[in-house]
Amino acid sequence: MAPCRAPLKTTRNRPCGWVCRDSALHATVWLHIMVGMDGDVDKVFKALADPGRRLLLDRLRADNGQTLGQLCEHLDMSRQAVTKHLKRLEEAGLVATIWRGREKFHYLNPVPIHEIAERWIGKYERGRLRVLAELKKNLEGKSHE
Amino acid sequence: MNDSRFVYVTYIRTTPEKLWKALIDPEFTRRFWNETWQDCEWKPGATWRLMIPDGRVADAGEVVEIEPQRRLVLRWRNEFMPELREEGYSRMTYEIEKKGESVKLTVIHEMERGGSKLIDAVSGGWPMILSSLKSLLETGQALEETKRWPKGM
Repeated sequence: MAPCRAPLKTTRNRPCGWVCRDSALHATVWLHIMVGMDGDVDKVFKALADPGRRLLLDRLRADNGQTLGQLCEHLDMSRQAVTKHLKRLEEAGLVATIWRGREKFHYLNPVPIHEIAERWIGKYERGRLRVLAELKKNLEGKSHE
Repeated sequence: MNDSRFVYVTYIRTTPEKLWKALIDPEFTRRFWNETWQDCEWKPGATWRLMIPDGRVADAGEVVEIEPQRRLVLRWRNEFMPELREEGYSRMTYEIEKKGESVKLTVIHEMERGGSKLIDAVSGGWPMILSSLKSLLETGQALEETKRWPKGM
């Protein structure tokens, strides 16, 4: 069976590519893809829902690239708790880690938050720009009267 | 810590082959990397230059390690901004790893000195360029902001 040519809403300018016999099936496939994407977003929001994890992100924002030991200093959390929180943050893509020799460094990864901003906030930003454009048009229109 | 480092991890719905081509091929880089292209023979020890559309060299260095579709390490010095150039060479690494239907791209840009202005500058530039690369590969369209070299720069 030929792959579905119906447009996929999540990826502009691209056909769905799955084997969908009709539009209903296409919608189902599309929904699954959306749910899949939201699964990742769920992880991000769940990771951000904890004050301890937000504090860790703040610490990395202030000083990016810290080891577990450095992050534990001046924190009212056990080393085990910090380890668990870092794992959740890493799974959500909010923290990226790299090894240098025998040390593991943690970095704030801006990608998921940027994607959230693109998906929801960018829309309002565009709306605001439209309002400004309207205002400019109105004001300039009046000046010609 | 006596060094400066930028780390960025993104997952892109593509293949290692396409991602590698996008990172290297001038036809691609011009679209997501502010019209720049790289002048390089892509082999260990080869000279590497990032070219600005007007012919100036933005950054230059050499290929330290190259393993197509998996890993690239460049020695990298800024060339067109004196205060960045005087900091000397940094090290930029791309790591590419297939993860299910996506490809994990890790970018590490680092320098052996604390408070590097170069790392500070690229930390502002990389997120936009890499988001644009992701958009280009997934949708066929790069982000508007990265389609042109910034005016007056």
